[in-house]
Amino acid sequence: MPVLILGARSDIGLAVARRFARDGHPLQLAARNAIGLADDAADMALRHGVAVTLHEFDALACGGHAAFVASLPELPGIAVCCVGLLGDQIENERDIAAATLVLRSNFEGPASVLAALANAFAARGSGTLVGISSVAGERGRASNYVYGAAKAGFTAFLSGLRNRLTRHGVQVISVLPGFVATRMTAGLALPARLTAQPEAVADAIASAVRRRCDVVYVLPVWRIIMAVIRLIPEPLFKRMRL
Amino acid sequence: MMLSGWGRFPRVDAQVEQPRDAGALAALVQARPSLIARGNGRAYGDSAVNAAATIDMRRMNRMLAFDPASGTLVAQAGVLLGDIISVFLPRGWFPLVTPGTRFVTLGGAIAADVHGKNHHGQGSFRSCVDWIEVMDADGAVRRCSRGEEPALFDHTLGGMGLTGVIVRAAIRLRPVDSGWIRQTSIAAPNLAAAMAAFEAAPEATYSVAWIDCLGRGAALGRSLVMLGEHAGMHELPAGLAAQRFGPPPRRALAVPFDLPGVVLNRWAMRLFNSLYYRLGAARAGARLVDWERYFYPLDAIASWNRIYGRRGLVQFQCVLPLEQSAAGLAALLAETSAAGAGSFLAVLKRFGPQDGAFAFPMPGYTLALDFPVTPRTLALLDRLDAITLAHGGRFYLAKDGRMRADTLRASDARVAGFQAFRAANGSNGRFRSAQSERLAL
Repeated sequence: MPVLILGARSDIGLAVARRFARDGHPLQLAARNAIGLADDAADMALRHGVAVTLHEFDALACGGHAAFVASLPELPGIAVCCVGLLGDQIENERDIAAATLVLRSNFEGPASVLAALANAFAARGSGTLVGISSVAGERGRASNYVYGAAKAGFTAFLSGLRNRLTRHGVQVISVLPGFVATRMTAGLALPARLTAQPEAVADAIASAVRRRCDVVYVLPVWRIIMAVIRLIPEPLFKRMRL
Repeated sequence: MMLSGWGRFPRVDAQVEQPRDAGALAALVQARPSLIARGNGRAYGDSAVNAAATIDMRRMNRMLAFDPASGTLVAQAGVLLGDIISVFLPRGWFPLVTPGTRFVTLGGAIAADVHGKNHHGQGSFRSCVDWIEVMDADGAVRRCSRGEEPALFDHTLGGMGLTGVIVRAAIRLRPVDSGWIRQTSIAAPNLAAAMAAFEAAPEATYSVAWIDCLGRGAALGRSLVMLGEHAGMHELPAGLAAQRFGPPPRRALAVPFDLPGVVLNRWAMRLFNSLYYRLGAARAGARLVDWERYFYPLDAIASWNRIYGRRGLVQFQCVLPLEQSAAGLAALLAETSAAGAGSFLAVLKRFGPQDGAFAFPMPGYTLALDFPVTPRTLALLDRLDAITLAHGGRFYLAKDGRMRADTLRASDARVAGFQAFRAANGSNGRFRSAQSERLAL
């Protein structure tokens, strides 16, 4: 059964697609202006001998998500949602429209499309849903709390979905990558030891699907970092510059 | 960032850009007054370095279409030859022409019009190229081939990226029955014997010689000449039939740090070369070798360039016309041996006919020598340049990082024509490398 990549143009999306193609899975690449991914689709099909189809998809057009799922030539076995928008915190503080876009791109859109897929997977009684959330969602910080809030919502959504769908034979995986070197983070000064490559995120996802994991931190050090950050008492945390 | 070629000399602080598609590339080409495209950085010197803008093409590495009827592959310029082999050798295809490393990009192979061990019969990389798409200074993509814009095709092959940015190409692969090569080694005790071995084997698909560049007197130019043929399935012994397309990939050994220069002293080098010749001579004869070992022995050692130490290495590669080859090679080897500055990796090869406006090969013999960068070896290289010029030879720009502009002009009457094409094509202002500036191309 094919693997559906939502937000396939992103660096993580492309890396995940290549990883599953290497394992012999046919691919459904979904993105805005999907036709622009024709070269990538041809490359994956040629290198790995798998069928690759392109699907027009707008994460923010939530009203069309059920129709989008119905329009797929085959219901995928695995769906990976790589949709996201980092945004700019300073801008988000001044401009509610910008903040709304970050909230919708990281929470409303991804949750909406996964909800549509969840119903189809539950009806079939099998499948795997993978959502790429963020460690930023584990505690709000001054430097990126709009993005963090959206990811917190998405993390809670994935957790709830998992709780609902386990009894229907559907696996839900929450991925918390930490820093990843992509176009989204280009220009940020990321610490090398805490930064994963998109290919590492793809490997972690493939391995989580195989091992039926629930929550995946790509670099194990992030599990420790976030555990510590969650433990800091609020009276102290609120005074920290984070 | 600090950037250099494979020889790690010279080093230039360069602005590097990594476009992902033709649109991003066109924006760069239009915005930057001076730039050069770069593949996987395997040219030895400063061919693919521009301080103002070096365009790393490795993200434009998609394979786009393959026609199994003709073996034609269409791919973006940043794809590695090694990736093409990984994908297509298991399907029974191999590059028609390949240089001595598979870690070159398609665009780099076209820009340098690289040659392989089959040049005497097959010609250069050009012979497998059906068409090339080149982005010009206006950001427009122009397709060129033998029939369409033939001048652009002629000057782009071997044009070192100075005619525009190579973005896509169609190349033909060779059908192969297996990934194994039937290799025949011939021990040639001196230069005349080595050349005689090449001349006696014009029908061999592949031929190349490792030459002891430190041999002296009667042993001057002693070589191990290696001929090769693609082995058919029926030639594989039962034990190898399961590995029809070669053994599983090996993990490359690594050179984890720069060796101190003292390791490469002349006595160590002489001893190594002498042992290598004797061992090779003792194992002369025919045997089956897998494709990786035959075509890419050095790829098995990642970052082998570090063997030459922190200051880097320079490679000298020239070709001499056939009638001048014996005298010229003897003079080059005598000069190198007298300087005691030779290398592990000296290669001798017979070239055949060559097309193109600015390609390196010509019918005759090519000699390639590696040297650690020292004032002494740089002075030796100037003397080797003079010997090459005196024998009507010319130089391989993909290996060069230190030649003088007047040396290039003295060696190659085609320079003026190449410059005129660049001027007419509007590419002389935009597409420039540290090498093209040094050589005033």
